[in-house]
This record gives sequence, C-alpha cells and structure tokens, in this order.
Amino acid sequence: MNLLQRKVLRTGLVGNIQKCQLFGTTSTLQQNQAEAQAKSTIDSKDVHHHEGLMKTWWDELGPIKPLHSMNLVRVPFIRDGLVPCSPEERNAAPLHNKKILDVGCGGGILSEALAKIGASVTGIDAGKALIDLAIEHSKMNPKLGNNLPSYICTSVEDHCKERKNYYDAVVASEVIEHVNNQELFLKSCIEAVKTGGKIFITTPNRSRATQFFGIFLAEYVFNLIPKGTHQYEKFLTVPELTFLLERNNCHVESTCGLIYRPLSNKWEFSTSQLIMFALQARKLE
Amino acid sequence: MLKTNIQSIISLRKLSSSQNASIKGSYDVIIAGGGMVGCTLACAMGKKALLSNLKVLLLEGSLSQRFELKQEYSNRVVALNQNTKSLMKSLQVWEHVEKMRLQPVRYMQVWDACSDALISFSSSDILDDDVAYIVENDVLLHAIDKELKTSDVKNVEIVYGAKIAGYELPQINSQNSESIVKMSNGDTYKCQLLIGADGANSAVRKAMGVQYLSWNYDQMGVVATLHLAEETENTTAWQRFLPTGPVAFLPLDSKRSSLVWSTTHAHAKELLKLPDEQFVDALNDAMWKQYPRRGAVDACTMWVGGLLRRAGLPDGAERQLPPSVRAIAPASRAAFPFAFGHSTKYIAPGVVLVGDAAHRVHPLAGQGVNLGFGDVKDLTDLLADALYTGLDISHHSWLQSYESLRQRHNVPTQLAIDALYRLYSLDIAPLVLVRSLGLQLTNAFHPIKIGLYDDGTPAAQA
Repeated sequence: MNLLQRKVLRTGLVGNIQKCQLFGTTSTLQQNQAEAQAKSTIDSKDVHHHEGLMKTWWDELGPIKPLHSMNLVRVPFIRDGLVPCSPEERNAAPLHNKKILDVGCGGGILSEALAKIGASVTGIDAGKALIDLAIEHSKMNPKLGNNLPSYICTSVEDHCKERKNYYDAVVASEVIEHVNNQELFLKSCIEAVKTGGKIFITTPNRSRATQFFGIFLAEYVFNLIPKGTHQYEKFLTVPELTFLLERNNCHVESTCGLIYRPLSNKWEFSTSQLIMFALQARKLE
Repeated sequence: MLKTNIQSIISLRKLSSSQNASIKGSYDVIIAGGGMVGCTLACAMGKKALLSNLKVLLLEGSLSQRFELKQEYSNRVVALNQNTKSLMKSLQVWEHVEKMRLQPVRYMQVWDACSDALISFSSSDILDDDVAYIVENDVLLHAIDKELKTSDVKNVEIVYGAKIAGYELPQINSQNSESIVKMSNGDTYKCQLLIGADGANSAVRKAMGVQYLSWNYDQMGVVATLHLAEETENTTAWQRFLPTGPVAFLPLDSKRSSLVWSTTHAHAKELLKLPDEQFVDALNDAMWKQYPRRGAVDACTMWVGGLLRRAGLPDGAERQLPPSVRAIAPASRAAFPFAFGHSTKYIAPGVVLVGDAAHRVHPLAGQGVNLGFGDVKDLTDLLADALYTGLDISHHSWLQSYESLRQRHNVPTQLAIDALYRLYSLDIAPLVLVRSLGLQLTNAFHPIKIGLYDDGTPAAQA
C-alpha cells in the first residue's frame, strides 16, 4: 500500500481531509500552536491535562487505575522482549544492567515497576509537576531500594541529543497518541536506543471500535478514564506505526493486541489488535 | 497527684515496652500449619529460585518428632496422583519416599454391591504410568521434612509447638498489608503474606471471616492395617460400594493392605468394639457377601453388557477377585468422621488459604490431599510469576488468579465427589440402575475414563 492509497483510505475513515495529515502535526485546531512547536513533539494541552491528575495519580484504584493494572501486561511484555529467560533461570531482577528510557513517564507508574525488577530507568516527561511527583513518590517507595529511576523534565527530542545510542530499550507506553509530530517523536526514540536495542510501544489502534469503546464509552458514558484523555485523530493503526518505524531503520519484531476489561480492571493479551496493541521493534545497524 | 502521675508513667512504659518486645520477627511469608501441605509449601518456597529470597516462617503446633520407620505400617495413608508425584519429584522429596516405602497402584477395580456394574483402571490405560501411589502420612511428612532441613532450603525458619493466640489481618483498602500473628506466649510475628495451611478447622479462615459452606456426612471412616490371606504382587486397589458406604483396600506391600471402610456412625462404633477375629469376618463379608439383587437392574446391565460385547467394547464381565483378609495388625483400628467443606473465598488482602483450610472432601476418591498439593503448585507458580513481574508479594492480582484457578479446579471435583457419595448412599432401584449403567458405560469408553483420570486419581484415601 503506497502513501497515497493510505491517505485515501484514511480520508474515507475520518472524513476530514484536514485531520488526515498522517505525518504532520495532527489537528487543525492546534495548527497555530503546532507551528510554534514545529520542532517539538509536546502538545501543551495534553501536558496540562495530566498535571491536573496529580493527586490521584498514584491511587491504584483511582481515576487512572487502568494504567496501574496495565503494568501486569506491559511489564512482562517489555521484560520478555528484552531478556528471554527459561523458567529455571529466572531471578527477581531480570532487567539488571538494562538501561531503559521511559518516554512520557508521567507519575512514574511504569518506571517504578521496571526499576523494581532491576532496570536502570530514566523517566522523561514534559510536565514539571509530574516529574516532581514521580521523584517524590520514588523516594517514598521502600521497595525500590537503591535503584531509583532518574527523572528528567524534558522532551525526547532534546534528551536524545545528550544520550545518543545509549539505551538498551526505549519504552513509549500510551504516549505516542498524545504527541504532535509523531515521526519526529519516533526518530528521537530511535536515536536514543543502541543499535540492536529494543523499542516498545503500546497505544490504541485507530479504529471505530476504539472510538466507540475507548473514547465514547470509557470517557463520556462510564467515566472510566478522564474526559479528554484521547483524541481519535492522534491514534495510529498498526501498519502506520510499523511503516513509521521501518522507514526509520527499525525492524518490527512483534505486535500483539491488548484488551482491557473494565469490570475486573484486568488487561489481557489478545489476538485482536482492533482496540489496542503493543509493538516491539529492534533498531537495525 | 504525684502518685497518679508516676503510675501513668509506669503504665505508659509498660505499654511501650510491651509494644517493642512484641514484634519478635518480621517475615515476608508466614505459613500457619506444618502439616503435609504447609511443609510442602515451605519446601517449595525454599527450592524455587524466585522464592528463595523470601523470608519464610513456618508455625507448627506440635513438637518436633523423631521419625523412625517402623516394621508395621501406619494406619493413615494417602493415595498420591501423578500430579502430586511430579510436584514431589521437583522438590526432591519423592526420592526420600522411594527410599523409605511406597506402593504403586497399577490396577484399580471399583464395583457396586447392588449390581454387576464395575469400572476398572489399569496403568496401561493411562500412558503406562501407575494409577496412584499409596504412601503413609508420616512417611510422606518425614520425607518433606527431611528435604526442608537440607542446606538447599535456607530461607525457612520453623517454630515447633507454636500456639497461636490470634491473628490481626490487614483491613480491606488499607495501604498496610501486614498481618500480625500473636502467639500465646506473648511473641508476635509480622508478615506481608499469611498463608493458612491449618486444616479443616482453620483459625486463619475464621479470622478472615469468610463464609464456609460445610456439612458432615452421615459416615465415618474405619481404618486398619490388614494382613492378607495370600501373598500376591498386590498392586491393585479395591473399592466396593455397599449400601452403607464404600469399603476400600489399598495395597501396602505383598502381604498387607490398608483399609478404609466408610460406614454409618453406629456401625463404625460397633466395628471398633468387635474383637479382632470378628472384625476380620465382618470385613470379609463386606468385600464378598452377595447383596440382594433386583431382577430389573440385572436384566438391564446384562443387556447393555451384551451390546457392548457385540460392539467390541469391554462389558465389565471380566472381574478380578479381591483378596481375603487373614488378620489385622494389632491396635491399628481407628475411626474418624467425614465432612464436606468449601470456603467461598480462598483469599483476603495479604492472606491466602491452602489445602483443607480451603476445601474438604469425602475421601472416597482419594482427592483431599492431592487438591491441597495442587494448591501448593499453583500458588508457588503464580507467586514466582508475580515476583518476576516485580509485583508485591501480597499483590491482589496474583492472589485473585490463585483463587479463581484453584476454585475452578477444586469446586467441580468436590461436587463430583459429593454427587458420587449421594449416588451410592441410597439403595433404591432407579438409582441403582442409573449408577450401574453409568459405571458400565464409563468403563467401556476409554476416552471418558482417561478424562476421569485427568481430573484426579480415583483411588481411596484415608
């Protein structure tokens, strides 16, 4: 499928040509803002949105409980993608000596979980208040021992200039759907990772099912996640994300679907990638 | 004024000193109950690499006892299935059991006293492996204990003669998931995860305040060690369903078998009082005596048997004859009651139940302790997986998986055993017909039989 076909297909789906600039900044409303931030992936509106959640960020049964329970699938996904290990050889710190960059770490939910199993985690986020919260919380958590994640308030495109070819893995979990200029974002992530290192991404798929379940029902009817968390236009489909990665010197090794069950607050891997998916890619030479 | 002040200071001191002295140790895991299931769990926590960093305390009520293998067999035995065997093998316990003694069951015959119906299992049915293994309770416990005390297990402390006064469990929704175990001698222990392996009358379960569904069966089990009339290979387990309950012979060695005779309370008490010779007569009667038959039932089973024969399937007519009993081992007779029990919750925040504390069954299918060992296997696997993912030791997600996994296995097994008990406890014609045909057909169709086996070894257990 060439780019033109892709655009046409997508136009049919979205029904709004202006919203379909696949590889540019996403929404027309933010066009002006976006021009000012032409070299930035940060969407200031989204940053503010998450800062508002500060107080409830670390409540496992609070408004963002899906992000907490999601650790039960994304931690194994990253762990097993990074260090395949037979059951007999397992130890409690499988990610020991692995340098991981958690892009868009927010309050540090995933960063702490990865640090707990031994990884040296660097968490970056554009929200200063969130980074402060993450630092504060990591100090309060006795289970981390001495292996505290280091948190930096920065953007990935700035960070990757300092740490080129540095990380064993870069993780962007539930982030890429929040950024402007998604290709710049991915390029920066890829730059920060070593050759042969891994990139892990989890994100909603852009499908009508996601729009219905993930936005309409979850945000507006059942209030499972705060209103305004997601914008449909920013979502990527699996082929789109694969395409972006592969044309930036990565090989997509695996993708799998994710399903969230709101009543039991549980995540499961699934063969259907219709709603959400997780993707693992390797940086080529 | 001064006096009261001083008094209050003194009382304050007392309070603070008692609080300081109170916490004698802080552990990751405390296992309450050092029976077969509790000890196996402790052993597994020492041997599984991911769990061997946990600090574990095992509290056992009885004193540490020296074990000697006696010439005479104990009257309390268990039938272990293949799943339990592989668990024990993985913990290196099995080799100790093999060095002491065990008897494989290679053939099993279960039949109805009120009809010709029969079902048999042989090792060739189940991938050339033994149907079950008969092991004395104290031999198994000693084997586990031996392995628990080897240098491979470094993280388990054991307190014998532990008298537990009470538990303080964490509140639901509280941040703190620590349980406190108070001993009657004033010691207290803290732990992240409390495991109740303290049997059918579990105090941990009572402290959890969960619903416990239970009823007593109108039966008692009479056990004894039997000396057989003839020396044989003796690898067959026999079970005959009498109208009063099943009577089972479990092989111990070439000349001895273990008896489990389930019968009414009144009859059981009577049997206990009989002199040895009369007891042996009553027993041989129970295995051999012809019970009154119903013509209609016999006609049906014969007709179905004929159909099966024509279809080339086993009709159940070939039966082996059970051994007759010469004598019983002196002072080996005992009786104990049977009950059904089901805890509606196996878990609470920071607490989990295993074994008989969570579920209890009629021993007619020999499943009680195997279900408990299954709990141990799944609990240690799930906990290891949780730690490998970086979760807290008392994280609700793995606890919930444990509960649903085990209940999905245990409850149907328990209900099936209960249904079997009820099906065979009545002697009315339609019921006899239904069960006889059911037994005959199950016996004839290989896949169903294998399915039965996969669910658990159908062997009796004391």
